[in-house]
Amino acid sequence: MSLSFDKALGIHADALQVRSRRLELLASNLANADTPNYKARDIDFRAALGHAQQGQSVTVTRTHSAHLAVGTPGLGMEPQYRVPNQPSLDGNTVDAQMEQAAFSQNAIQYQASLDFLNARFRGLRTALKGE
Amino acid sequence: MSNLFKLFDVSGSALSAQSVRLNAVASNMANAQVVSGSPEQAYRAKHPVFASVLQGVGPHSTATPVQVVGVMESQAEPRAEYAPNHPLADEQGYVYKPNVNVVEEMANMISASRSYQNNVEVMNTTKQLLLRTLQLGQQ
Repeated sequence: MSLSFDKALGIHADALQVRSRRLELLASNLANADTPNYKARDIDFRAALGHAQQGQSVTVTRTHSAHLAVGTPGLGMEPQYRVPNQPSLDGNTVDAQMEQAAFSQNAIQYQASLDFLNARFRGLRTALKGE
Repeated sequence: MSNLFKLFDVSGSALSAQSVRLNAVASNMANAQVVSGSPEQAYRAKHPVFASVLQGVGPHSTATPVQVVGVMESQAEPRAEYAPNHPLADEQGYVYKPNVNVVEEMANMISASRSYQNNVEVMNTTKQLLLRTLQLGQQ
């Protein structure tokens, strides 16, 4: 029986990836809160996580160095545009309060994923030491 | 996790853009009472123009920094004030004051400082998350 880190870590490694991507999007929204014509974007977490997991299960062997790498996890996470609550005259659709709330929520969820990963690592370590 | 490092670029760009805006507000407010002898010489309110940095942004990329693409001067007419005893007054006895709207500038300043604070907050949170990520598996 071989030890697979992918299996041991489960969904949490993918979740962390998607969370960090979402953090990046939300931070971009906040950074562009005053930019005319900027449209706020976000990702559908459920769809993105599903895609990240799928991407991992599909492996394509590259037989030539010029071949493009496919099946990379995270490539299918298409950002989507937010439906604005109160669009402004300058074409900006960022609602700073909402983005901030989403950012904090996502940061906490990121920490939760980190905690889960830590627990998995602790479990692995205990298994390896065999105490 | 490498994504998170990009976040510093994004929030940093927003900080510098907002500080340009604060600078413009400060200079507008400082010059709000400067008197000049002709409409051409009068100080005009300066307003920075923000735009997203779309260089290298593809359908899959998520980080969008912001930049200041230029500083526009307000096209509003300078305020003419009748002051025949003023040493700078023209033949008709008028002096010209800048087209700075102080109330507008104050609102602009508050908006800029709130945005600045928001982005500092984002950077702090990101820093904490990164530090925790670096400690992954050590406890």
